[in-house]
Amino acid sequence: MRTDTYQHPDHYLVDELLTDEHRLIRDSVRQYVKKELSPIIEDYAQRAEFPKHIIPQLGAIGAFGPSLPAEYGCGGMDQISYGIIMQELERCDSGIRSTASVQGSLVMYPIYKYGSEEQRRKYLPKLATGEWMGCFGLTEPDHGSNPGGMTTNFVDKGDHYLLNGAKMWISNAPFADIAVVWAKDEAGKIRGIIVERGMEGFTTPETHNKWSLRASATGELVFSNVRVPKENLLPNISGLKGPLGCLDSARYGIAWGALGAAMDCYDSAKQYALQRIQFDKPIASFQLIQKKLAEMLTEITKGQLLCWRLGVLKNEDRATTAQISMAKRNSVEIALNIAREARQIHGGMGITGEYPIMRHMMNLESVVTYEGTHDIHLLITGMDLTGISAFR
Amino acid sequence: MNILVCLSQVPDTTTKIAFSADNKSLNKTGVQYIINPYDELALTKALELNEATGGGTVTVIHVGGADAEPVLRKALAIGADQAVRIEAEPLDSRQVAAELAAYIQGQSYDLVLTGRESIDYNCGLVGGMLSQYLDWPLVNVATSIDPAGQAGVLAVSRDMDGGREKVEVSLPAVITCQKELTEPRIPNMRGIMAARSKPLQVVSPQGIGPDLSLLSHALPPARQACRYFEADQMDALVEALRQQAKVL
Ligand SMILES: Cc1cc2nc3c(=O)[nH]c(=O)nc-3n(C[C@H](O)[C@H](O)[C@H](O)COP(=O)(O)OP(=O)(O)OC[C@H]3O[C@@H](n4cnc5c(N)ncnc54)[C@H](O)[C@@H]3O)c2cc1C
Repeated sequence: MRTDTYQHPDHYLVDELLTDEHRLIRDSVRQYVKKELSPIIEDYAQRAEFPKHIIPQLGAIGAFGPSLPAEYGCGGMDQISYGIIMQELERCDSGIRSTASVQGSLVMYPIYKYGSEEQRRKYLPKLATGEWMGCFGLTEPDHGSNPGGMTTNFVDKGDHYLLNGAKMWISNAPFADIAVVWAKDEAGKIRGIIVERGMEGFTTPETHNKWSLRASATGELVFSNVRVPKENLLPNISGLKGPLGCLDSARYGIAWGALGAAMDCYDSAKQYALQRIQFDKPIASFQLIQKKLAEMLTEITKGQLLCWRLGVLKNEDRATTAQISMAKRNSVEIALNIAREARQIHGGMGITGEYPIMRHMMNLESVVTYEGTHDIHLLITGMDLTGISAFR
Repeated sequence: MNILVCLSQVPDTTTKIAFSADNKSLNKTGVQYIINPYDELALTKALELNEATGGGTVTVIHVGGADAEPVLRKALAIGADQAVRIEAEPLDSRQVAAELAAYIQGQSYDLVLTGRESIDYNCGLVGGMLSQYLDWPLVNVATSIDPAGQAGVLAVSRDMDGGREKVEVSLPAVITCQKELTEPRIPNMRGIMAARSKPLQVVSPQGIGPDLSLLSHALPPARQACRYFEADQMDALVEALRQQAKVL
């Protein structure tokens, strides 16, 4: 890999909408990424291996649950700070951002939001440092876009619950110490339950041969008569709104994150176009290349403003599911388009690991599918504006 | 030890430098500022020294306007206990050193660290002048600083022409810091949050004037594009070196 010389585009001086502290957070995470992640990421992605050694580093920098309260060992930062951290991580690789998103928004957030005080104190500080890693089990082999149809279930055995079922496509599963699992109780109500590695009957086989998010580990969660202590049930939530609340938090981070991948592709394409000479001129002097770059920057600028505004609403606790949905969908779509155009600008070099483009492009194929597919998010917006659900 | 670290801010190394219309000041539009890298090493070393001996405070100080407060906050996020800004717009090194000395004389620091130079104006004078004003010993261009095993004394290595020198210095002292001293630290979220509530005190200047007045800045001539010659074009190369580059 080449030296990471990334600088983010800021055509509308969006930086001025951020505080000094936001900028300090951004610069610090970027400095960390350039020092520790950029030099190794391509190699791990090529080998389809998650760089485990970075877990304590991500914990130390504060990338796990940065917006949860400091009293649980978390950052106590605002939502824009969280978005910025996700953006800087995904600027490097969507897989690294996924690891942090799952830990912060899908594992720590539900324990904080729906858990008991004992659960918060037991799990959050260790999850914040990365001493423990978690995963989030919602999707099943037969229930992806329709998680409400899940069949994973538990029955009350008096002094414990007995859990059965299987989850699929679970990020961080192969090495997670705990899993926040969504399963139905005997009444058919969806509940959250914390399953710990080592519990008998609980296994996490890894999913191999992915062409996307290769530097992130994905696997299954298999529960066969797992005895889960009763104190592991998240007491303060029941129904689909539990997992959906977590997804709102994670999708918000993805809206910022995917834009990071887009900005990296744009920055690389711009630098390349200015250096690459064809027909005795930099290719940046040709109108068709300028059109590509100008359109990329236009979309990025709109995306930056959308994310910033969503962050303000989130800080005021006013961001709706539909607003988050629109931002997630928009950021991922423009990132995919920008990755494809950027790859063309890089010519043949664009398909190599010398540049990050192809890795981003392949990663984004997962990002456009997980946490609600592109089409499902469109239908969420459709439902929001018509009041009619077109997906049920 | 109570350590004072003198910090300045400099344009990020990737900045494209441009001057104002009269060439008397830097055009600050779009310029990103960072902590002068040698000063950042000084700060990190100060933290390490106190962590090793388990006590003392680290204060960072800057002579300049409020636009430097983000870098002072960053220093607090990295681990400094408090920050001081002397409200002046200095025009030369002596003015900075004199303002710093006046402040330091009213306090009780054991050690003052500065960078060997700032990477924008590269004068490298503040540390030396400060030691003169304070009448404290100076060790210049330090590449390592360690406790000497005896209270109030530090062992310091420093660069010299073609080699390295080891010295001991008794405190209080001024030491200027060079590359290799240590690795800078990246602030983390906890540090950034802690920095919110650390004191940043603004102090009135002594009103010491500059010795110099600036006439103008100028950029170095733009670098010419690289020209390639084939191996069999020796004559053309020699001709170009003679006629165009005028180096033969
Ligand atoms: C790398 C990776 C990591 C993941 N990590 C996690 C994780 O950590 N935890 C977790 O729980 N899940 C995770 N997932 C699962 C992810 O959330 C699901 O893949 C996603 O929700 C889609 O489900 P599905 O794959 O079953 O597709 P399906 O739901 O079968 O969808 C297939 C296609 O049908 C379309 N479709 C479905 N229903 C409708 C409808 N009503 N109207 C119109 N079109 C429709 C979809 O848009 C899609 O195009 C991950 C997935 C991947 C690829």
